[in-house]
Amino acid sequence: MSPQLQTISDLIKNSSGISDAEKESLIKVIKEADKNQSMIQFKLERIEKDRNTLSIMLQESIEDLQKKSLVIEDANKALTQTLEELKTTQVQLIQSEKMASLGELTAGIAHEIQNPLNFVNNFSEVSNELLDEMTEQLEKGNANEAKAIANEVKMSLEKINLHGKRADGIVKSMLQHSRTSNNKKEPTDINVLADEYLRLAYHGLRAKDKSFNAALKTDYDENIGLIKVISQDIGRVILNLITNAFYAVMEKKKLHPQGYEPTVTVSTKKIDNKIIVNVKDNGTGIPQKALDKIFQPFFTTKPTGQGTGLGLSLSYDIVTKGHGGELKVETKEGEYTAFSVILPV
Amino acid sequence: MKILVVDDEKDVQVLFEQRFRKEIRNKEMEFAFAYSGEDALKYLGDLSHEAVLILSDINMPGMSGLELLRHIKEKHKEPPPLVMMITAYGDADNYNTAMKLGADDFLTKPLEFSLLKEKLKAIH
Repeated sequence: MSPQLQTISDLIKNSSGISDAEKESLIKVIKEADKNQSMIQFKLERIEKDRNTLSIMLQESIEDLQKKSLVIEDANKALTQTLEELKTTQVQLIQSEKMASLGELTAGIAHEIQNPLNFVNNFSEVSNELLDEMTEQLEKGNANEAKAIANEVKMSLEKINLHGKRADGIVKSMLQHSRTSNNKKEPTDINVLADEYLRLAYHGLRAKDKSFNAALKTDYDENIGLIKVISQDIGRVILNLITNAFYAVMEKKKLHPQGYEPTVTVSTKKIDNKIIVNVKDNGTGIPQKALDKIFQPFFTTKPTGQGTGLGLSLSYDIVTKGHGGELKVETKEGEYTAFSVILPV
Repeated sequence: MKILVVDDEKDVQVLFEQRFRKEIRNKEMEFAFAYSGEDALKYLGDLSHEAVLILSDINMPGMSGLELLRHIKEKHKEPPPLVMMITAYGDADNYNTAMKLGADDFLTKPLEFSLLKEKLKAIH
């Protein structure tokens, strides 16, 4: 019993003014109160213990959460870094895909530059000779003859100019192809662009593989005029489609060395407010099971080291995301493949 | 002498006509032009044409100059016309193949016309 209740209980016991029965009843009440107090005390202690336990648990949980938060933060940092690395790798991959296709072009470029150079060198020599002849005729007083020669000089100079510009165009397109796209849409003659890349790809492949040959057919719609596109990007798309077409006819030629004429056709067409660039080959075609995957990054049917598997996926992005157009394919296994680049104007 | 020039570059005709204008004017040389291997074979298949000297580019779409050379040397045996190959690639592979197929000469672009003229005149 608590000391206070014990004192009260003793006082009651020793009191003379209270009857024994009353004393007994009062002491019973005091004992009851003591019992209740002990119970309450016990409960209070238990609650206090529980509170302490909870507080400790809570503290532990907080610490645990803090630790987890740190782990998440670290994981987040690692993910951000990985994302950055992936972005850098993607840029590098795009660049290496560009450089790979540029490599394929190199020999073609050499050939394409030698041809205009041949004209520039020779027509300039011709002009020199003609001028000597013209002087000779003038000295003889043959003005009409001199005039006729002057016209020939003029024609030679026009040829020099034409082929000089041609070489210039080839070098520019090569530089544009290797440069990072500036994403600026500029008025472009899509027929010239397609023809340039067709010839470059053709001569590039011929230089790499002497056994390769294909008939080239072109059908350009002269009514297209200039259209606004990111020319180096669309050039890359056309180059990709053409190199794929050449690859497909080469593969078919390996299977049918006799009686098969590899043919690649490049055509352009303006229909309403759309420009369609079509690259068709009579090669191996695309098997149905591969057709769903051809625009996926890294998908390639070429042997290791011969294709990055990025050509068509990059082309798809350039046409759809870069130009709001469509890239469609039609194919029959063993017979043909035709890719259509559809650009809005 | 009749010379058939085979090249897919169409300005080659203007160039030859300019560079050999004196020889053409004096009727020392006569030139015909074909823009593909197939066209050249058609031209040669026409019996009304005299035996000719052929100057052919190697890299042409369709039938290449080397295939044309093989056809000519196989089909036109009596006597086989002379064939000079002209190419922008003066590499050993092209040279060796051309020689194996029976090419009579091998020239590289840009063409040295003074050299070509000397060679043609020596044949003439």
